[in-house]
Amino acid sequence: METKDQPRKNRYMNPYIGGVLLGLVLLAANFISGRGLGASGAIKSVVVASAQSLAPKYAERTKYFKEYHEEHSGSPMKNWLVFQMLGVLVGGFASGALAGRLKFKVEHSPKITSRRRLVFALLGGIFFGVGSQLGRGCTSGSALSGMAVISFGGIITMMAIFGGAYALAWFFRKNWI
Amino acid sequence: MGPLAVNEIISSNTNFFLAFVIGIGFGFVLEQSGFSSSRKLAGLFYGYDMVVLKVFFTGGVTAMLGLLFFSLFGWVDLNLVYVNPTFLTSAIVGGLIMGAGFIMGGFCPGTSFCGAAIGKLDAMIFIVGLFIGVYLFAFGYPLFETLYKSAPMGSPKISTMLDLSDGVFALILVVVAVGLFYGSEWVEKRFPREEY
Repeated sequence: METKDQPRKNRYMNPYIGGVLLGLVLLAANFISGRGLGASGAIKSVVVASAQSLAPKYAERTKYFKEYHEEHSGSPMKNWLVFQMLGVLVGGFASGALAGRLKFKVEHSPKITSRRRLVFALLGGIFFGVGSQLGRGCTSGSALSGMAVISFGGIITMMAIFGGAYALAWFFRKNWI
Repeated sequence: MGPLAVNEIISSNTNFFLAFVIGIGFGFVLEQSGFSSSRKLAGLFYGYDMVVLKVFFTGGVTAMLGLLFFSLFGWVDLNLVYVNPTFLTSAIVGGLIMGAGFIMGGFCPGTSFCGAAIGKLDAMIFIVGLFIGVYLFAFGYPLFETLYKSAPMGSPKISTMLDLSDGVFALILVVVAVGLFYGSEWVEKRFPREEY
């Protein structure tokens, strides 16, 4: 929540204006490339590429990587989502720079330590990584982009993500409130 | 006319370049809206900051209506726009696991890149976790494969399944979204937190 004494330029954008702009970016992606936005797909590309270069023999034998190559042609890094996620880093950085928010820090509730925050961040990332593979996309690729094209699976995944988080919110409340 | 890349109006390399430009817009809007902060994101689950719901639903509804209008005007062929395939069990189980990741980690993949871009160390650690998670899935794929491929339904639209036209379903979703916006303004007043 923004406090009134913050300089105007450091405040966050009105969420409804932000939402319309996000919608226009997503619309542009669909109009230009015929697909929505995504994040976990780019991570999958990096995982496939790194497994190939670090342990090519192993990657050749492993079913997951074999199936990836049956579905995708060319280098895993020459992928739409990889380019898009590089853009996200640039855009996020630019926005943070304009708003004066560039700073190395661990953000956490004053009631918990940085260490606890980092442990849970790591665990959360691991869960999200596994879940995004089963869900065939994450909050961006499956839920948000799915909503734009009225995808049944996308909307089911969206409800499961938010429903799951609400169902567990009570158990993790000390980390946040 | 659209989608431009699918209809080969732009080359594949131009498409990659535009992916980068679209990504800049995506990252910029997420960061401007406060999605680089895990405490702001987690507010959704405790009612003190509903920004995720507001931005997410406004974005989804805007893009959905935009696509329907573009299709009506003949600017985009919706048959050529990718619709996510549905594997029902996997979608639900995966979503629940992601929900657990969200409440523990405070980020989702897209927002964690945004947080990392402005120096949030917790976001960077979350990204490390994402890589570990995808590696675990890759190595453990034989264990997950049955679940991953069960209940395939093709790529259905929810409107088709409910036997509604896309437009009528869109109208329902807009009404639901407006209701949720009113609800979240009320919830934020009910569970205010000033100090974060």
